[in-house]
Amino acid sequence: MAKRIEAVGVTAYYGSFKAIEDINLAVEPKTVTALIGPSGCGKSTFLRSINRMHEVLPGARVDGKLTIDDQDIYDPDVDVTAVRRTIGMVFQRPNPFPTMSIFDNVVAGLRLNGVKKKSILAEAAERALRSANLWDEVKDRLGKPGAGLSGGQQQRLCIARTIAVEPQVVLMDEPCSALDPISTLAIEDLMFKLKDRYTIIIVTHNMQQAARVSDRTAFFSIDRTGDPGRLIEYDATQKIFSNPGVKKTEDYITGRFG
Amino acid sequence: MGESPSRSADARTGGSGVTTSHARPAGAVASAGILTGTPLPTGPEFEPGPGMGGGGALPRRRTFGAERAFRGLSVAAGTMVLVIIIAIAIFLIAKAVPALRANQVNFFTAKEWFANEGRFGIAALAFGTVLTAVIALLVAVPVALGIALYLSHYAPRRIATTLGFLIDLLAAVPSVVFGLWGREVFIDPVNDFAAWLNRYFGWIPFFDSEGPYGRSIMLGSLVLAIMVLPIITSLSREVFAQTPKANEEAALALGATKWETIRTAVLPYGRPGVVAAVMLGLGRALGETIALAMTLGATFGISFNLIGSGGNSIAANIANGFGEASDLGRGALIASGLVLFAITLVVNMTARAIIYRRREFTEVAA
Amino acid sequence: MTTTTLAPTATALRGRRLPKWAPIAIAALALALAAALVHGAGLGGWVLTLTVGALLYLTGLYAVATAVEGRRAARNRTWSALIHSAFVLAVLPLSSVIWTLVSKGAERLDGTFFGTSMNNIGPRDATGGAYHAIVGTLQQVGIAALISVPLGILAAIYIVEYGRGRFANTIRFFVDVMTGIPSIVAGLFVLAFWVLIVSPYVNDGRPGYSGFAAALALSVLMLPTVVRSTEEMLRLVPAPLREGAYALGVPKWKTILRIVLPTALPGIVTGVMLSIARAAGETAPVLLVAGGTAAINFNPFEHNQSSLALFVYSQATDSSKYAPARAWTAALTLVALVLVLTIAAKLLARRNRLGR
Repeated sequence: MAKRIEAVGVTAYYGSFKAIEDINLAVEPKTVTALIGPSGCGKSTFLRSINRMHEVLPGARVDGKLTIDDQDIYDPDVDVTAVRRTIGMVFQRPNPFPTMSIFDNVVAGLRLNGVKKKSILAEAAERALRSANLWDEVKDRLGKPGAGLSGGQQQRLCIARTIAVEPQVVLMDEPCSALDPISTLAIEDLMFKLKDRYTIIIVTHNMQQAARVSDRTAFFSIDRTGDPGRLIEYDATQKIFSNPGVKKTEDYITGRFG
Repeated sequence: MGESPSRSADARTGGSGVTTSHARPAGAVASAGILTGTPLPTGPEFEPGPGMGGGGALPRRRTFGAERAFRGLSVAAGTMVLVIIIAIAIFLIAKAVPALRANQVNFFTAKEWFANEGRFGIAALAFGTVLTAVIALLVAVPVALGIALYLSHYAPRRIATTLGFLIDLLAAVPSVVFGLWGREVFIDPVNDFAAWLNRYFGWIPFFDSEGPYGRSIMLGSLVLAIMVLPIITSLSREVFAQTPKANEEAALALGATKWETIRTAVLPYGRPGVVAAVMLGLGRALGETIALAMTLGATFGISFNLIGSGGNSIAANIANGFGEASDLGRGALIASGLVLFAITLVVNMTARAIIYRRREFTEVAA
Repeated sequence: MTTTTLAPTATALRGRRLPKWAPIAIAALALALAAALVHGAGLGGWVLTLTVGALLYLTGLYAVATAVEGRRAARNRTWSALIHSAFVLAVLPLSSVIWTLVSKGAERLDGTFFGTSMNNIGPRDATGGAYHAIVGTLQQVGIAALISVPLGILAAIYIVEYGRGRFANTIRFFVDVMTGIPSIVAGLFVLAFWVLIVSPYVNDGRPGYSGFAAALALSVLMLPTVVRSTEEMLRLVPAPLREGAYALGVPKWKTILRIVLPTALPGIVTGVMLSIARAAGETAPVLLVAGGTAAINFNPFEHNQSSLALFVYSQATDSSKYAPARAWTAALTLVALVLVLTIAAKLLARRNRLGR
């Protein structure tokens, strides 16, 4: 189920503004990779270019090569919707569909793919909610609005919605930044569990979180405001946090910068 | 919003303050006030000094002052709204009842309108009002929603802002102008279309008319459709544009196509707003007077024939018939206006009720 | 937990796509086919050809896209085409309105039109103007604004600042309902209340048609608009601003008048101008209660008055061959007046600090 992601010379723009430049990194299947770095360093931009969500914004585009198991994501013949189905995404703020019930939220992706049979949907919803550690909390109120849940539950609902379509890679864009510590812990637990089946890439501002959950860590940074973000260092998380190879990384991690 | 300081002052501790407008210290006075109901003599030493915030006891709330006056004024203005609505009903009824008493036929079932002779019925007019409004909405709503989506989600931003601005301006164009245009310009292509429809689709009762074509239900409804189009468009565009970006991105990230994103995130979110826009359009269409007075044939009869010269509506009939109306005739027109008032009131209140109820679901969500 | 694959094509990112030229080719084909069909059978002219062509294009596009790209992509394409064509469909009549308004309205755009009335103008006179109507519109709308603006702002203040509980909600609800009252009903109300019942007392028992009565009817129509827009603007005033004033010991009414209202002022002015623009274009109430006249009447409180909108209506239904030209020019003037107000209001709204 999990796939390998490789970026070669990826550069992304917002109109004429270059947000990231020449990013090269490879993400192995069934691992958690954390992207860390100061605000505005382009880690979210890079994350969003992996499932082609970057180009949703007007004037945004991506150069370079991004592949998933050697298939070019940006090949002109590639179906964007297929890319996004294969590479799911969880956003910074929980964003369940406000007009849908919990159940409808979870199966929204399946319905889009033409799955109509009640039994299949119900089974998939339960499986996704169980994987997201949410089933026990919501099984009695699947028909209630998804937005009536707490922030942490909403975020897990969004994770359930993402994995219900069985993607191969899950991108998480600061998934815990809007949550309290207990909900954050619940999501981190979940990431451990999900990594058996998915390749996970997570953007986080919280270095303890990166150290706790990830196998490998990529450190992004910018020289000055307005400059494009670059990949400074990419290595095993253990190594990045104990013995970083670059001075800049060490400064950031020890809190001397950023 | 804006919790007031007077809220705490409102919670008075006793019956004091009823009798005097003097500012008095709190404390000991209050209990005495409760018991006796009369104010204790207050000397000048009790008046709050000019030093604002200076020492001494807290001044009592004034029972009568600018605050009260202003508040009263605003309450009166708010009440005025209710008074006007009730007054509309009362005065219309007051003028309608004598005319209805003098009516020799059944007001609700008769189709004729000889009001000055005391024979008038609302049936044909009410039918025409509803028919034109419904056709207008059937034509306008799909197109309006299409444009609204085009402006909010398909058009490049610069084009969208300019066009949105133009649509807002069109919503402000007076109805008499649309009436003039319908009567003088639009009537020709509509007549050609009517002749064509009759030639090839004359077997459908709607289009079974040999002519003369001229001012017809089709002309009136189409003009009406063009008039309500900008209103519905501009309201629904606003609603669609307010869809949270996060929800659209969630749909896209699930692998939805653009249309599917609109189906899953934009349309459900905007539904209450769209219903409101359509209902407002319906209200406008039902009450539209002058454009219909200028484009309908002003006949009295119930017929589904859309293309032949004819058609009428309550409002158009008031405008057309007012000039020659006697005292009785005016009463009859007012009676018909009362029916129109009731219809639009029901439509509007239903719309509001729908909006308020739907809002609960989305607001819990938001 | 079993993992069955639900998305069968998840691994294949590549899908077959329609080449860029395909929609154009389908369009050309559809048009040609439509032309052959319509003209071959002699059913109608180019309008029908275009209509049939558009329908053929939509079905053709859907069929081809389904075959090549699959149903989801085909739906996406077809809906996109439909949405674009809705736009084209609406632009046609609306641009026709604007075009005729300008081209026909320019005919009588002269000094006589703005300087004279219709007094003593017979059916064979090409001259005559709308001076009396312009005077009427300005007076009626001005008086209506004087009545409805203070009342509306105060009512909005009640709803936002003082109103609590059921009564305030009721008023809000009825303000919403009042926005939907047809203008002709407002006209009938003033006819019944003012013209036929109240004014005869001061008018020797005769019904008193006047510009003031029209102003009353217009203010009934303006009131809910003013209340709603003011209410919205007041709600946008940030709470800390009020709390800051309260914390300084400023009484509530002073806070509202000195701090809340000035902050919301640009937005309120926008709302007021939009409601004035709407009132200026109303015909029906003026027709019912001002009576209309051909002569100039500067006194809004006595005798009949006309208005620009009413002038358009009366000239459009007049049988003189010179009347339509006057109607168009008056319509152009009216639209210009309304649009200037609307555009000014919208520009003001853009500069509004509280804007959304």
